[in-house]
Amino acid sequence: MEISVRDLITVLHGMGFGTLFMMAFSGAIGVIYVTAFVGIQPVASRWTTLMFRFYLISMAALAWLTVLSGAYIIYPWYRAKPPAGTTDLSGFPRSLLLSNPHTAGWHNLGMEWKENVAWFAPIVMTMVAFVFIKYGPQIALHRQLRNAVLGFTAVAFLAAAIAGGFGAFLNKYAPVRGGHEIILFQAD
Amino acid sequence: MNPTAPRQLPNGPGAAAILAAGIGCATLGVFDLASDASPAIGRAFVFWQPTGTLSGVTVCAIVVWLLAWLVLSRRWAERNVNLTGVTLVAFSLLAVGLAFTFPPFMDLLQGK
Repeated sequence: MEISVRDLITVLHGMGFGTLFMMAFSGAIGVIYVTAFVGIQPVASRWTTLMFRFYLISMAALAWLTVLSGAYIIYPWYRAKPPAGTTDLSGFPRSLLLSNPHTAGWHNLGMEWKENVAWFAPIVMTMVAFVFIKYGPQIALHRQLRNAVLGFTAVAFLAAAIAGGFGAFLNKYAPVRGGHEIILFQAD
Repeated sequence: MNPTAPRQLPNGPGAAAILAAGIGCATLGVFDLASDASPAIGRAFVFWQPTGTLSGVTVCAIVVWLLAWLVLSRRWAERNVNLTGVTLVAFSLLAVGLAFTFPPFMDLLQGK
């Protein structure tokens, strides 16, 4: 059982950082809701606040890891130009998609949107983590602030969903493959 | 009044972070549109060839976001600001960012 380096890093980008970030959203909404609307109980406040801070900082870090690995490791492989005369475009995902009018939209709409809108998520989640850490349970006293933070969190979720959804489809129609093969399991 | 009760923080630092995030997202959209509309601007945004214009667009947008956050947080550190207005502007900027990164809308603006 083998996997190429590019496949492995693409999986880490999408299924590792990206999916973990998406899955953490329900928790983030819960964290903000509990703090802002219910208020942290005084007995558990120190520990709970620390855990909530760690959770939101981890989410922001995951969002940054996702976009940075996507833009600076995978995207160059995706957009690499094939040498003149290349007929097999399987190693050049962007060119492969654009070579067929039925798949060109996956690049022209999917990748063109995804590569930019994805950056909203780390920007917004960094802001959300900062506001939460700065105000802690006091955010319950700032109704407009907590509503704005929740609204921005929803937009970060939307941005991540757009990027993640198109990423999954793009990797289905034109997977980023190549590099050294890593043997995961050696059959007898 | 309880002297041990923590001081209520002003909304300024939170408002600064929210508005700066809106500015960052809108800037990303505007830079993306500019790089798409003008080949010269597009070339100027190529900070790292393998990633192309995306490298410059995102780096510049992040710099603008962080600068806006720094300036606003210094100005509003100890102030209570009109959060309704700030939130309205921040969400409008977010909408601008979303619209300007959406390829069909970008094409519409450029008459493509």
